[in-house]
Amino acid sequence: MPTRRLFLGACASLALTPALALVPGRPVRIGLTPAFLHDQHGTLEAWRQYMEAKLLQRVQFLQRDSYRETMDLLRLEKIDFAWICDYPYVHLREQVRLLAVPVFQGRPYYRAYLIVPAQLPHANSLLELRGKIFAYSDPYSNTGYLVPRYQLRMAGEDPGRFFSRTFFTYSHRKLIEAVADGLAQGGSVDSFVWDSLNKVKSDITRRTWVVNQSPEYGFPPFVAHRSVSKESFAAMQGMLLAMSTDPQGKSLLQRLNLDGFIAGDPRLYALVTKMMGEFGEE
Amino acid sequence: MRGIFNLSFRYKIPLWGGFLIVATALIISSTLIFGAYHDLERDLLRNATTQGETMAHTLVPAILQDHVWHAYELIRAPLRGASQENPVRAESLLVLDPKLQVYVSTRPETMPMLADFRQLSAEHAGIASDIAGLGKDTAVFEPEGSDYLFVATPIIDEQTRLGTLLQIYSKKILLPRFLESAEKAAWVTFLVLSVLLPINWYWGQRTATPLLRLTERMEQLGRSLPAELPTQIYDYQDELGRLFHAYNRTLQQLREKTLIEREVIHSERLVALGRLAAGIAHEINNPLLGMLTSINTLRHHGEPDARTTRTLNLLERGLTQIKETVAALLVEAKVNSRDLSPQDVDDLRTLIAPQAHKRSVSVTWQSDLEISVPLPSTLVRQVLINLILNAVQATDEGGAVQVNIAQLDETLSFEIVNGGKMLTESQTEHLFEPFINAGETGRGLGLWVCYQIVKQLGGNITVHSAMREGESMTRFSVNLPLKTLS
Repeated sequence: MPTRRLFLGACASLALTPALALVPGRPVRIGLTPAFLHDQHGTLEAWRQYMEAKLLQRVQFLQRDSYRETMDLLRLEKIDFAWICDYPYVHLREQVRLLAVPVFQGRPYYRAYLIVPAQLPHANSLLELRGKIFAYSDPYSNTGYLVPRYQLRMAGEDPGRFFSRTFFTYSHRKLIEAVADGLAQGGSVDSFVWDSLNKVKSDITRRTWVVNQSPEYGFPPFVAHRSVSKESFAAMQGMLLAMSTDPQGKSLLQRLNLDGFIAGDPRLYALVTKMMGEFGEE
Repeated sequence: MRGIFNLSFRYKIPLWGGFLIVATALIISSTLIFGAYHDLERDLLRNATTQGETMAHTLVPAILQDHVWHAYELIRAPLRGASQENPVRAESLLVLDPKLQVYVSTRPETMPMLADFRQLSAEHAGIASDIAGLGKDTAVFEPEGSDYLFVATPIIDEQTRLGTLLQIYSKKILLPRFLESAEKAAWVTFLVLSVLLPINWYWGQRTATPLLRLTERMEQLGRSLPAELPTQIYDYQDELGRLFHAYNRTLQQLREKTLIEREVIHSERLVALGRLAAGIAHEINNPLLGMLTSINTLRHHGEPDARTTRTLNLLERGLTQIKETVAALLVEAKVNSRDLSPQDVDDLRTLIAPQAHKRSVSVTWQSDLEISVPLPSTLVRQVLINLILNAVQATDEGGAVQVNIAQLDETLSFEIVNGGKMLTESQTEHLFEPFINAGETGRGLGLWVCYQIVKQLGGNITVHSAMREGESMTRFSVNLPLKTLS
């Protein structure tokens, strides 16, 4: 039933008739995770309105504090689309389809930054943080959890015992703050979040030093639940991909610190799959 | 110290008053300042307790879920939300686990996670056991000599002690507030003092000045009679005012006493002089009369030659002068004379007129004598003539003399008032003595004679010489009783 309405909306969008009134009924529900800057409510609202105008459909954003909650919403089909981290994507790939991949600094990739408090002496590598306090962002974050643990495992260490104490901040942005305040002596953070924050709030990032950069990973993608109709899928994907060609869309992308979206390929995330395999996950 | 008490009241009263005012102002303001400081401290502890208990409650789920970041966000909220001026702002907050290890703190650099609270400093170690033994309520620890206040609140979830929330306040944060109220108090004190001290100084002067005047005069009192105290200096009815009145009254009595003494001495001297004069006159008169009779006899029966006759004439003239002088000294009141009548007054006017005219002095007469009074007219006329002529002589040319004659009951009074120079003190003192005022106009016996006559008639004669409305005035007053001779 809901998909049928969505289908109508998608048709309207494809027909490129923006003069049509919004289709009443259930809105398009998009889940957002703290994969990007958390306090961009103005930008998000502008983006939502942009989407409504393009899709001719009511759009609802659902923000949750942890990846887990967004993943649960997807599983329970409480949302149709979601912008999630690559790790949850791989985790949920049986239930979701890759919709679009954001392009950051010209490429659909990002990295993990190892950051430490900007003070001397400081650790220059992950292995120098032995016995220290380490901050993870989210148990379902690739760069904020999986990457450092994988690196330790590769170095022959037990990630469970390597640090004296670890904790989750459930947001990359908060993780940067935790390291900046010295609460943790090290942390692994999404390079996209750190770079974006560095643009708008350099007073926080300035108190951290990036001492190591990981290899590239596929950028946290937009996914669609498999239950979403082809038409809706296409409408949404078309809207996202077209953003960089549209002045309003371009300005929004700028505010999100992104260059645009591409359709992407699941193979972008092969590395994550490999790392998960290392920890016995599928 | 004694020097201070020896100071003049002029300084002592304002100094003492000033000292009391300053001391009171300082005591009150310092009480207020320290009161404000204690209020501030009490507010701080009350706020800290409330905040601690609220926060401990919200920390429970974070600790149960081991959500360190959330706990950190909770404890750092008061540091972020509070403004810089808020005096009751904790310097740092920390959560301790049951083993007294730092669970999380707002100062990770000095109090990192997992650090043993007892190892942080001696101060911390000192209160560690108290924190461990904390009951269900918030407690405040103030280690001796410490700059900090520790407010410890247990974090309890259904009987289980999950840890302790510790708020650390620097006592130094109270200092700016303390200084602020101290400054305010100082200003108020300054204002109060700037009003009260001049009032105190003025009041001190007002009290001290009359006292000083009084003291100066009292010190003079033994040596001479000082001037009166003008009552307008201190015109009130308190003790000082009464002292003024008492002083003036005493002074007045002393003056009167001195005056009476002087009068007594004066009249005693006159009496003695009178007796002396009378005695001498009698002693002289007897041989004198004999000598004059002898000269007369010699002239008529001795057939003296021309030279002897000249000598006899010379002797006779000399002896006659002695006789007249003695007669003048020896005032004889017991002469038979008719009573004084209004006609005598008219005669006197006629007699005086030429003399007055000569000196261009106007003489004003005022008499209510309508019938004869039993007083010997010859003597009374002599007294009046002497006094009026004296007055005319004493008055400047073109001046005026006032003669008043009045009969009051059994007394005949008359006053002769003239302008002219005031009598000097020594003149007044020896006024009625013979030969004192001898000069161009006579032998100086006029007033002596007046005095003797008035005394013999049982009356009195007084003189009053004073300045009145810028003009000098001398008044002779005579009172004669009408009974004595009847």
